Amino acid sequence: MAIADVKEYCHLTPEEVEQIGRELDAIRVEIEESRGAKDAAYINRVITTQRWMAAAARIGMIVSSPMDPKIRRPVLAASAISLGLAKILENMEIGHNVMHGQWDWMNDPEIHSSTWEWDTGQPAEQWKHSHNYIHHQFTNVLGIDNDIGYGVLRMAREQKWHPVNLGQPVYNALLAGLFQWGVALHDLDLEAIRKGQKDPKEMKRQLKQIGKKGRNQILKDYVLYPALSGREWKSTIKANATANFMRNVWSYLIIFCGHFPDGALHFTEEELENETRPEWYLRQILGTANFEGSKLLHIMAGSLGYQIEHHLYPDLPSNRYADISIKVRALCDKYDIPYTTGPLHSQYGQVLRVVTKLSLPNKFTSDDKPPTGVDLTVDHGRRKDAEMQTRRTELGGWSRSAS
Amino acid sequence: MPRAGGSRTSGCVYTPQGVDESSTHLFTERVTSATSSPTAKQSRLSWEGVRRAADKLTTPLLPDDYLTLINPLWSSRELRGRVEEVIPETDDAATLIIRPGWGWHYQHRPGQFVGIGVQVGGKFQWRSYSVSSAPVKSGRTLSITVRAMPEGKLSEHLVKGLTPGTIVRLATPNGDFVLPDPPPPKTLFLVGGSGITPVMSMLRTLDRRNSMGDVVLHYSSTTPERMIFRAELQELHEKHPTFTFRERHTDADGIFALDNGTLGELCPDWREREVWACGPGPMLDAAEGHWEAAGLEDQLHLERFSLALKGDGGEGGSLSFQNSGKQIDVDGATTVLEAGEQAGVGMPFGCRVGICHTCTVTMISGTVRDLRNGAEFDQPNEQVQTCVTVPVGPCVLNI
Repeated sequence: MAIADVKEYCHLTPEEVEQIGRELDAIRVEIEESRGAKDAAYINRVITTQRWMAAAARIGMIVSSPMDPKIRRPVLAASAISLGLAKILENMEIGHNVMHGQWDWMNDPEIHSSTWEWDTGQPAEQWKHSHNYIHHQFTNVLGIDNDIGYGVLRMAREQKWHPVNLGQPVYNALLAGLFQWGVALHDLDLEAIRKGQKDPKEMKRQLKQIGKKGRNQILKDYVLYPALSGREWKSTIKANATANFMRNVWSYLIIFCGHFPDGALHFTEEELENETRPEWYLRQILGTANFEGSKLLHIMAGSLGYQIEHHLYPDLPSNRYADISIKVRALCDKYDIPYTTGPLHSQYGQVLRVVTKLSLPNKFTSDDKPPTGVDLTVDHGRRKDAEMQTRRTELGGWSRSAS
Repeated sequence: MPRAGGSRTSGCVYTPQGVDESSTHLFTERVTSATSSPTAKQSRLSWEGVRRAADKLTTPLLPDDYLTLINPLWSSRELRGRVEEVIPETDDAATLIIRPGWGWHYQHRPGQFVGIGVQVGGKFQWRSYSVSSAPVKSGRTLSITVRAMPEGKLSEHLVKGLTPGTIVRLATPNGDFVLPDPPPPKTLFLVGGSGITPVMSMLRTLDRRNSMGDVVLHYSSTTPERMIFRAELQELHEKHPTFTFRERHTDADGIFALDNGTLGELCPDWREREVWACGPGPMLDAAEGHWEAAGLEDQLHLERFSLALKGDGGEGGSLSFQNSGKQIDVDGATTVLEAGEQAGVGMPFGCRVGICHTCTVTMISGTVRDLRNGAEFDQPNEQVQTCVTVPVGPCVLNI
């Protein structure tokens, strides 16, 4: 079965598919050729704002600690929120996008996918593998893309039901609250470890990396800054925990709205066979969902409200996605291809419905998504690297470190 | 002179870690001299220690990443400098006075060049230029002199488009084309065009140390107006009678043909002199041929192109460049970048010492080894820095 057999694409002739590919390529070229000083100024401005917010928050907590509670409490609250927003900006609009190589064209080693390390538990190197490669190349492919439920939730009807899934609403809430640590373990491929298929040497290397990164993250937020706040160390711990919680819930929300609303389809491994670049483009459009919102909302969401555009062009600068979306939408209308979008709250409502419905066996619930063609049950987990296709270059760079 | 086109940096490899070490060393010195009481010695408060502690507060960033919010020069993560002044020298050449930020040593050797990275259209472009100022340990600035080359967009921008206050990136001084200390008793400088800049640094050093011996400078340029530093050289001549300054204006007098006759006329004792030659390629070729023929090639100093890297080389291998369809077999000492250039592939490059990432190319398959630390990269479609990696077996590159 090829992607052309997917119902939404049945009306397209092979020539039209090729033409869509060419038109999407042309949009890429247009953006690549027009990148310039304004784009560079944008990312530098975002980074500067984010660092001031983070620095102000940290200083606010320390300076306010000896003050009268009437002053201290509002300063502390403002600092916690500022830190939370700074962490959100750092992870979403800056870290995620820099690591995709969106800003590599600037040739600035300080804002480069090969050197960026972000303010979260997961080491950048592992993120670039699990996200840039596995998730972006095999978007929504059952049995390969671990982002379908993060190995914790059952998010596709094709995934086998297990009584454990009854607790899904609870796991979902836990995943949201602890999202950074869920992401930190993502590239380990817990499923492979459980089945004893993971290379022990590689596992040790990855665990060591995660341990080192996680230790520094925890030390910073829960030991050092509280220590600097003297007697008020408990307030600083609470404020930092709040900031981390804000970031966790928000990034969870945005990421889940990208692929689990009803319009975002799942695919099977068979559909990947001999997939051409235009077919890859089509799969990205069909497997992904946007949401609508203000400019500020989009920046705070790391421009992932333009998830479709991001999946078509993972390495183009995020500040251009809004412009790109107008063109992509026009193209989808022209060829009568579904383009999934909606307000953030309704997209997330659909996500919650999937989480709840799929906690039960299929026969108790109805499907809100168009079905994935054939009746099929897949295992969790993913293939070994050696069994998979060679990575596409537009997904963003990825290199292992020496150690 | 600009070392842009096909030039290579030479000497030891500069790595960001290297900067850290050296800068911390510098700061350790300062701190200990300021707190040299016995108690301070016991507490061993070193800048390095302070920084390491501060790292824990700013992780995964460095303290420098926050300090640059206050002053863009307060970072040694990447060497930076601020353009303080742009002094026009001739119609098409200017001297940039740059104040370097943290981690800079002011210890370049006279004649060396530095890499300078300037953001043009949002993108950092790197070139190397000779330092024209004399090395002064207590100095606050360094100067480079740039001539706008026809077609040279960056040099044009540096000469005419750079405003004081611009923050630029710098790479550590490099190059073997240097004046020894103490200087030789008899010296001849053969200079063409903007090749004067490294020589100017040497002459200023000799002047500043008051060690100007028997020095002859032969300086060719198309017209007197295009001669960079002409007035200063004439002043130097007046100040030091042992310094001979010979001008040649090739538009009026024709090109200086290098043979025993002309050279004997210019400087009868040329065989006894240490010679530094800097100028256009054909001029250097002629000088090399002439001194070799005289069996005196040891006395001639030209820019020597070499990339001295630490670490073991790879086994070498055959490199295929997929998009250009070219192929080449190279040994384990040839970097992927050099191999690509030998094969005639338009390889991107910048600093050529592994700093700027301009040369990063996707390797579709194969294994390369990083010459700086021996790390191997063997994943399909992995990004590799071609200027510091060598092939280990066959590799396919996406260029």
